[in-house]
Amino acid sequence: MNKIVVGLVAGVVLGALDGATAWFYPETRPLIGGIVAGSTFKGMLVGLASGWFARKVDSIKWGVVAGAALGLLLAFGVAVMDAASGQQHYLEIMLPGFVTGAIIGFSTQRMGTRKAA
Amino acid sequence: MEVNSDPADLSDSVVDHLRQVAGLPDLSGTRYELEGEIGRGGMGVVYQARDRQLERRVALKVVEAALAGEAALIARLEHPAIVPIYEAGTLPDGRAFYAMKRVTGVRLDRYAGAGRPVAERLRVIRRVGEALAFAHSRGAIHRDLKPQNVMVGEFGEVYVMDWGVEAVGGTPGFRAPEARLDQRSDIYALGALLQFVLPAPAPAALSAIARKAMSAEAGCRYGDVEEMLADIGRFEDGLAVTAWREPPMHRVARFWSRNALLLWLLTAYAAVKLGIFFWPYR
Repeated sequence: MNKIVVGLVAGVVLGALDGATAWFYPETRPLIGGIVAGSTFKGMLVGLASGWFARKVDSIKWGVVAGAALGLLLAFGVAVMDAASGQQHYLEIMLPGFVTGAIIGFSTQRMGTRKAA
Repeated sequence: MEVNSDPADLSDSVVDHLRQVAGLPDLSGTRYELEGEIGRGGMGVVYQARDRQLERRVALKVVEAALAGEAALIARLEHPAIVPIYEAGTLPDGRAFYAMKRVTGVRLDRYAGAGRPVAERLRVIRRVGEALAFAHSRGAIHRDLKPQNVMVGEFGEVYVMDWGVEAVGGTPGFRAPEARLDQRSDIYALGALLQFVLPAPAPAALSAIARKAMSAEAGCRYGDVEEMLADIGRFEDGLAVTAWREPPMHRVARFWSRNALLLWLLTAYAAVKLGIFFWPYR
């Protein structure tokens, strides 16, 4: 499996799981379907970008940094959209997005094959 | 001028000098000029010589004519970790010689001193193993692998030297117990070499690899060098080695060590989620 596919799979799975944790919060439980779908899509984008990065750079440290930065950036976008609808959940969205991105970045460095030079 | 021809009148230093010169090979008729002795073993003497034609220093090994096949053996083994042969020939006295690359560096017995990281020691063993595996694939065996026959060059390159001929019987401590040496005997010697370079106390998994390679029963050793190198590679990757059934606590510690960053990230994720869940201002 190449690193982009690893990133895609890790991003989709972790994004979906991250979104699913919204079920534990009573105020977001009614919106769980949309949250899981959005979080899965966000995870997929982070995974694809992290996988592409992992093909270029062979470093767990920089893979984690890149994944975390991407996760934070996309989560910030989601939080801004959320704020536009009148709610302020920057911390609740961005912190998990940051750590999930780091895990996806780690996974793409640890697993998958790099394209032959 | 009167010359005293009575040998009894020669000084001891002159006699010593004559004895030394008489033992030196006669390189007339070759393109090499003798510069000095590098070392000697049971099978021959290695000299430093200058190649007059190419203006470079070479190592020149002089062996008995019966052992001339040694050069042909090594010449077949073209590998980055095997010293290349430049030329082979016969001296006027009938002895055989071959010129090879003059390797400068440190012998493994000196290189594997204190302070050298385990990873670097394993790198050298891996290079030696690769050379052995290559030689075995060509039907050759070393017969006398020991730290004195491994040189680490100034750029970190590793050379396995003194490839053996039938007459070589190995060195105690590195020689397999069986009477007839074969590829498994080289695996025994590689295990002994691994044990030699390991620091004290050595990681248990690496000691187990060395022990398995050095099994008295040849059938209990690794099947081939690649199999042994794969086990060393598993150790380097933080995986379980086949030579050792590790205790459960060691397995947990190894798993933690190998996945420490991932476990920390998962812990951080759980902490973030729990923190948000219990945060009173949410």
